[in-house]
Amino acid sequence: MLLIRCPYCEEERPELEFRHAGEAHLVRPGNIAEMSDEDFEGFFFIRQNPKGLVYERWRHVHGCARFFNAVRDTVSDKFVTTYKAGEKKPVIKGAAE
Amino acid sequence: MTAPFRVAGKGRLTPAKVVRFTFDGEHYSGLEGDTLASALLANGVHLVGRSFKYHRPRGFLSAGAEEPNALVGIHRDAARKTPNVRATVQELHDGLAAVSQNRWPSLKHDVGAVNDLASPFFSAGFYYKTFMWPKAAWKHLYEPRIREAAGLGVAPDQPDPDHYAAHYGHCDVLVLGGGAAGLAAALAAAEAGARVILADEQAEPGGALRFESGAVIDGRNGWDWATATVARLRAMENVRVLTRTTAFGYYAQNFVGLTERVSDHLAAPLPDLPRERLWQVRAKRVVIASGAIERHMVFPDNDRPGVMLASAARTYLNHYGVAVGRQVGVYTANDSAYHAAIDLKKAGVDVVAIVDLRDNPQGPVVDEARALGIEINAGRAVVGVAGKLRVSAMTVQPKNGGASRSIAIDALLTSAGWTPSVHLFSQSRGKVAFDDETRRFLPGAYAQDCVSVGACNGTDDLEAALAEAAGAGHAAAKAAGAKAGRAGAKLKASGEGWSGGMLGAAPGAGADSKAKAFIDFQNDVTAKDIRQAVREGMRSIEHVKRFTTNGMATDQGKTSNMHGLAIAAETLGKPIPEVGLTTFRAPYTPVTFGAIVNHARGSLFDPTRRTPMHGWAERHGAVFEDVGQWKRAWYFPKAGEDMHAAVDRECVTVRQSAGIFDASTLGKIEVVGPDAAAFMELLYTNPWQKLEPGRCRYGIMLREDGFIYDDGVVGRLADDRFHVTTTTGGAARVMNHMEDYLQTEFPHLKVYLTSISEQWAVIAVQGPKSREIIAPLVEGIDLSDAAMPHMSVREGTICGVPTRLFRMSFTGERGFEINVPADYGQAVWEAVWAEGQKHGACAYGTEAMHVLRAEKGYIIVGQETDGTVTTNDAGLDWAVGKKKADFVGIRGMMRPDLVAPGRKQLVGLRTKNPKVVLEEGAQIVADPKQAVPMTMIGHVTSSYWSENCGHSIALALVEGGRDRMGDTLYVPMPDGTIEVEVSGTVFFDEKGERLNG
Repeated sequence: MLLIRCPYCEEERPELEFRHAGEAHLVRPGNIAEMSDEDFEGFFFIRQNPKGLVYERWRHVHGCARFFNAVRDTVSDKFVTTYKAGEKKPVIKGAAE
Repeated sequence: MTAPFRVAGKGRLTPAKVVRFTFDGEHYSGLEGDTLASALLANGVHLVGRSFKYHRPRGFLSAGAEEPNALVGIHRDAARKTPNVRATVQELHDGLAAVSQNRWPSLKHDVGAVNDLASPFFSAGFYYKTFMWPKAAWKHLYEPRIREAAGLGVAPDQPDPDHYAAHYGHCDVLVLGGGAAGLAAALAAAEAGARVILADEQAEPGGALRFESGAVIDGRNGWDWATATVARLRAMENVRVLTRTTAFGYYAQNFVGLTERVSDHLAAPLPDLPRERLWQVRAKRVVIASGAIERHMVFPDNDRPGVMLASAARTYLNHYGVAVGRQVGVYTANDSAYHAAIDLKKAGVDVVAIVDLRDNPQGPVVDEARALGIEINAGRAVVGVAGKLRVSAMTVQPKNGGASRSIAIDALLTSAGWTPSVHLFSQSRGKVAFDDETRRFLPGAYAQDCVSVGACNGTDDLEAALAEAAGAGHAAAKAAGAKAGRAGAKLKASGEGWSGGMLGAAPGAGADSKAKAFIDFQNDVTAKDIRQAVREGMRSIEHVKRFTTNGMATDQGKTSNMHGLAIAAETLGKPIPEVGLTTFRAPYTPVTFGAIVNHARGSLFDPTRRTPMHGWAERHGAVFEDVGQWKRAWYFPKAGEDMHAAVDRECVTVRQSAGIFDASTLGKIEVVGPDAAAFMELLYTNPWQKLEPGRCRYGIMLREDGFIYDDGVVGRLADDRFHVTTTTGGAARVMNHMEDYLQTEFPHLKVYLTSISEQWAVIAVQGPKSREIIAPLVEGIDLSDAAMPHMSVREGTICGVPTRLFRMSFTGERGFEINVPADYGQAVWEAVWAEGQKHGACAYGTEAMHVLRAEKGYIIVGQETDGTVTTNDAGLDWAVGKKKADFVGIRGMMRPDLVAPGRKQLVGLRTKNPKVVLEEGAQIVADPKQAVPMTMIGHVTSSYWSENCGHSIALALVEGGRDRMGDTLYVPMPDGTIEVEVSGTVFFDEKGERLNG
């Protein structure tokens, strides 16, 4: 079981308290209704799913209930960092842009 | 009476403490502290099992957890029958009853042994190759027979009556293994102030000191030092010593799973004791001190009972005071077996010969053996043994061939060297590295905050191992934040460190040999099988493993791994590291399902949710159905009624007078704040800004992909306050969906979301008499049609209790939903029920609710929809705000496929024979005469008998359904095709007049 640091609670808590919520830093466009089919496909369906460092969202669902972002290595399952939603995407060496 | 092979003056057990037990019904006695294995050996019993595939007679190979042969059933009582218990691990207790496995009719005369004679037909990959043809025979002939023959032991046929405990542990330093190194590490960490957990699989820690008679630590006999050290550790407040506890799995971030066997060793465990305790420990640092496991020699018929590891024989002698034979032979390729020979000889056992594969063994132990008068045959091999149920002689031959001679023996001790136990290190995702000099895999690159010490790290010398372990324990404590200070003084020690030995097949089991020289005893894998796997094209060791099953099941590479690998490498002509090592998987030793399932069974398997009115429903004879975790009243049968009759009566009563329904399970979310309406606009398809406070609207929620996600009636209580209802099953995910958008996409909106599902009990009163029923109870709300029309919400009191009263209908009748604080749910329900009785109302359950809504064509999300249904498909386009610029799903619902013609649309179906009720999920075709497989154009989503309509009704999703009104379609079923006519979705009161009726 992973230990995950919630950036709002500022505590490491067991994975059981959290739920994964998909890739991070995807922004829903304000003019979503006007998007082309190709742009919508890119926004909604296409994900990076890299091997190695990923930017992803988690929710501290059985804790403070906040959504936050994390950088995790999919090979070692190690968390590099977690940070609040809305904060700038941290630059991590070796992570896919 | 003393058991015949118990050696007076040897071992650490007390002769007076006699324990009685049975094996296959025979009565025996042993001593307190014995394992089942040592007690049987004390009685001269070596034959304890039959092998898995060939049914070969088998004895004890080891004295520990690596035992592949001596698997027995332990039968405590009718419900407590544990199969495949390693006799070398099972502690003896009074009244213990063990039975052998995999034999019929008896252990000595086993019919299944014919497999051994037929073994040319059972070689590696046999199943994959033999049972291919004819195809049909697999299901009816091969598979049932194979299943019958497969498996080892018999599973109990009653529920497990024991209970199992679970414990989460946290510590600075977790030490895995309580041998010399583990004890030294734990002591150093504890003295440095760290919170330490030490886990050891044995009843008493000590590891190899249990048999190493020559070890001296700190001026004391090794075992005595271990015992004293354990006592010291137990006395420290910052240390927890767990015995009979196996670390079975090493997971991410130093999370280690351990099982503690609490009561299997007790004759009469107290009923409140758990059988086992599952520990889930999170440690800042882990010290792995898992030791090493001795390898057997690979030679023909090396599996005969009486052939065992040298260290095992030594353990039985030095710890349990048991001689494994009277005329013992030794076959070795390293020094360590000499210690066994010397100990046995000194105990008065006749050690007839040491056969050493090495040409010129030298050193103090060799000299000592020779001085004791033991015959040493250097440069020779044991190329065969005699005796089937027990070894009776060994055939000794110069290793390069020549004249052989037979030596009578009744036990043969073998040692091919020691394999470091890197299992836990490897499970931690550390990478092992092959050490060319010592020809073994050792811990290489670490992946977690752990360190290996002692024999599992290849540190063979005792004093060096102690120093390494103490250093590691101290460093781990420091790294974990303990105040540490200076490390303690180095322990002086002398012991028996050894390395070397051999890997792979010994003479007589070479490439051209047809003999059965076993690598993996448990899976009956021989040297020949490994070679055959390579010949048949397996190149990776992972393929060899799967083809031969070498190292699978409980072995997990403990005794079989290195021999198998060496033979594969030799056959492939490649160096060992290039062939690679198979993955070590958890669990290290078998873990019971009881420990894993733990408390989560029966009523604790999943939470049960009950509404505030559950007790009333129970008292009134409700039959309940499970809806997610909820128990919902399904129907309320009266005496003599079956479900059908009850549901018919409930449906008719609702439409004739009224029905009362427990709708408390509905999901409820309060959306509050100055931007509440703006938020609702974004999360639902409907327009909300203009909805007046006090009015309700049926809302539809989409996902971003444009498909229906949830629905429910929403009441606006105030400009800034909405009372949202969701489906019962959707409550949690809708809340998650809303929170997700609010927190991450629309954080600028000033809105609070609060789950209020459990706060409000909901009593639906539906039917023409509904207003008359509630009127006497309600205060402060004008219930007239003019003041409170359909789809409105008011706040007031009922029975003196605050209420949010909705005028709404899921039946098509005039209806109300009374929300009251959950604690008052049952009281208000009873008051409503009493009023209802005056008007002939009934209580109705979820089945009637389903029928009534289907009569009106109201959808249920998850029944009419399946995550691929759009508002247009469901005929709900009217609920989409046409002028809205944005809402979740606005773009998704415009995707080309979602607006293409020919999509499945919701329609009604009328069976041509009104009595026939369709099956939900049944497929629909246009032409029943077409060839199979037919083109399916839709499926039935809901189907019921409608007593109110006098015919069956059904809803269905059908391709282009709305253009097929009046068409005849077909529902092919196994016993005939049903003709149906496509209709609208409303079967009852099409004009909707009864909402105000």
